[in-house]
Amino acid sequence: MNRKKRDAFAPFLNWLENGGNALDAEMQDALREHDPKEALPEKTKKAKKKAVPAQKDKAREERARKAYADSWWYRLLAVVTAVTLIWLLMEAVLQMPKFGAADTLIDSELTEFYVEHTKEETGAMNIVTGIILDYRGFDTLGESHVLFIAVCTVLLMLSIYGERDEESRLKRWEEERHYEPEHDVILQSAARLLTPLILIFGLYIIVNGHLSPGGGFSGGAVLGAGLILYQNAFGYEKIERFFTYKTFRWVSVCSLLFYSLAKGYHFFTGANHLDSHIPIGTPGNILSGGLLLPLNFVVGCVVACTMYALFTMFRKGEF
Amino acid sequence: MMTMTWWQNFPPFMIVAPLMCAAVCSVLKAKAARAVMLVLSALECCCMGVLLYFTQTRNLSFTFAMGEIGAPFGNELRVGAVEALVGLLFSLVMFLSLLGGWKQLEDDIAPNRMNLYGAVFCLLTAAMTAMTFTNDLFTAYVFIEISTIAACALILSRNMGWNMLAAARYMIMNLLGSGLFLLGLSMLYCLTGHLLFPQLGAAVRALAAENRYDMPLYLSFLLMTMGVAIKSALYPFHTWLPGAYSTSTAASSAILSSVVSKMYIFLLVKVFLRAAGVDVFTRRIEDVLFLYAFVGVIMGSVHAIRQRHMMRMIAYSSVAQIGYIFLGIALGTQAGFAAAVFHILAHSSAKSMLFLAGNRLQSAADGHDTFPALQGAAKKAPLAAFAFLIGALSLVGVPLLGGFASKVYLSQAAVALGGWRMVLVLADLLISTALNVGYLLRCALRLYRPTEKEETEHNPKTKDAPFAFAMGVLIVMNLGLGVFGGPVLRWIQQGIAIFM
Repeated sequence: MNRKKRDAFAPFLNWLENGGNALDAEMQDALREHDPKEALPEKTKKAKKKAVPAQKDKAREERARKAYADSWWYRLLAVVTAVTLIWLLMEAVLQMPKFGAADTLIDSELTEFYVEHTKEETGAMNIVTGIILDYRGFDTLGESHVLFIAVCTVLLMLSIYGERDEESRLKRWEEERHYEPEHDVILQSAARLLTPLILIFGLYIIVNGHLSPGGGFSGGAVLGAGLILYQNAFGYEKIERFFTYKTFRWVSVCSLLFYSLAKGYHFFTGANHLDSHIPIGTPGNILSGGLLLPLNFVVGCVVACTMYALFTMFRKGEF
Repeated sequence: MMTMTWWQNFPPFMIVAPLMCAAVCSVLKAKAARAVMLVLSALECCCMGVLLYFTQTRNLSFTFAMGEIGAPFGNELRVGAVEALVGLLFSLVMFLSLLGGWKQLEDDIAPNRMNLYGAVFCLLTAAMTAMTFTNDLFTAYVFIEISTIAACALILSRNMGWNMLAAARYMIMNLLGSGLFLLGLSMLYCLTGHLLFPQLGAAVRALAAENRYDMPLYLSFLLMTMGVAIKSALYPFHTWLPGAYSTSTAASSAILSSVVSKMYIFLLVKVFLRAAGVDVFTRRIEDVLFLYAFVGVIMGSVHAIRQRHMMRMIAYSSVAQIGYIFLGIALGTQAGFAAAVFHILAHSSAKSMLFLAGNRLQSAADGHDTFPALQGAAKKAPLAAFAFLIGALSLVGVPLLGGFASKVYLSQAAVALGGWRMVLVLADLLISTALNVGYLLRCALRLYRPTEKEETEHNPKTKDAPFAFAMGVLIVMNLGLGVFGGPVLRWIQQGIAIFM
């Protein structure tokens, strides 16, 4: 009885939601195939399946082609939706206040406040740093953890779907290391010259984050790029003298812990109107801005580690 | 400015602590990481309970400035009775899902990646808390990002061929949703210059009174609604859901179905009530939302009936239930919003139980979840089958259970509104209840039907205390929501009344 009901619904559903339904049917087929209970009653079917898998594939291919052909109006709808959305967004942009016009923000209270107060309240010459690490520090705390969770998820994914067994993984790893371009003279000379400069420049951007344009995110990206260049030129062995998977883990964990602790302390004292005992110093000096400098440094570490980790994880060799 | 009392310092602690736990978890051994997860989620429950007690008994809400300078220049959290209630339920469900799926967690996730799973779980806890409490639209977006990636990790953490496919589909659809939400929020910021809900709401109302920027404002709210609708699987955007929910490990699917998709909806409720002002811009959106929800309630059930696999059936029934919640929101009245929030509670407690029990039944049936294979599974796993039955009855809407109460409140809200919406909501409830009976009870009865051949070798019943505890608490929660539905609804209504 159930089967009958299902069949009655199927054409209607196919018509209504073809794209999603086709994908779904595919998945259900996969489930069904892997379910021995379903295949069990007909032993002959099982044997047949083994004998002529090509036929099965052909049938599936045929079905996929049919589903694609049937879904023409589904695709048409997608195009229409996209075009409508584009039109609506264009229309909205035309009606929005002009960028930089006097009445850009209906209520420009916020901007004025930031421009006037950031320097004295946070000690940051660079207003952007003052905003992202102090006024809206909570958002930035979340944002750094977005990077962290991205790395965690990719690690999780690769550890599952990378190499199935340890042996072949190690073999691949060895191969990858073997074929590294370790004697590329041009790359190595350039890297030898550039890497220190890049790393120092990255540090400069981070440390000066509260004084000039820059900060943890941009400086960290530069640091990460420096590490990637060095790794490409000299291979894993050289870089592992000072940067291994362990270093990466501990640096990012300690940075995030310090960040959370510092921000937690800041939230607590701020909301309770307690004295935080963190001197702001003279705005403009390198040692000023209270928590901004260490926070920038910590964010820089997290970003650099994430950049480098994401790069190396997607190579075959891992760390 | 007064300082905070001791319990008012909880909210930021409840967000920062999971973040720190996540960092620590990532370098721990498997056992320690699991312990951290469990302790953290228990702690969250306790804190939420304390917050609920104080906000409810004093009928107040308070804001917590994240930094020295509060609104409108810095970030802010806001906690009232509704936030605390929803947060308590979410954290409770996370805790119980962890307990209930404890054993499968050991089986499904290899020890060398349990630490990563723990880190992701902690970050999801932080995102859940932050999204429930936030008083700031952009903070909400930041934690939407975290929860999207976390959910993806939860899906693919189990090593089963099509988890990857499910996670990829989840990622694509949900990133689209996040993108639309971000688009809407940045347009709104550009127009109003504010991100905090109270200031945003005031600015939007001022603009609406002058009739300026009508179309962009409307569009920005529409985009945000679309984003949330995709992320919480409202009917035509549901295609990522069945795969994601039915293939992941027990704890993951319970958390995904009852916490992750619901917290976006709660965020939307906040946006509608606090940032848009109920009547200004949402009226037109609600009409559209109403139609989607109306169709979704029926189509979700239709899909569920057609499934041959129990887990996929439960997953599809979520589509219908999400439709109910959106129906409540689309009514656009305070009673409608209260009914929607109540249904979030009722559905979370029932659906997490169904997933946990279903997973247990599946393993009792040697890992198969087709209906013939499940026949007689009640004998092998009596507690799981009983919990499944209670959950199914609750979703169908049998009196004394949470699902019944929420259906009653939804129809009351619709009747109070009257008009064509009332007719449609009542018709929807009627049809969907009939369909619910069709698939949920059919499955539950199948569990209790004896198999033809008596099994000679009996699986030795393994004692699983955490699972039994989780099921017990969830059953009590379902009963509690049904029996004490009135007071709970009143709390929600009080909380919503002081939302604005």
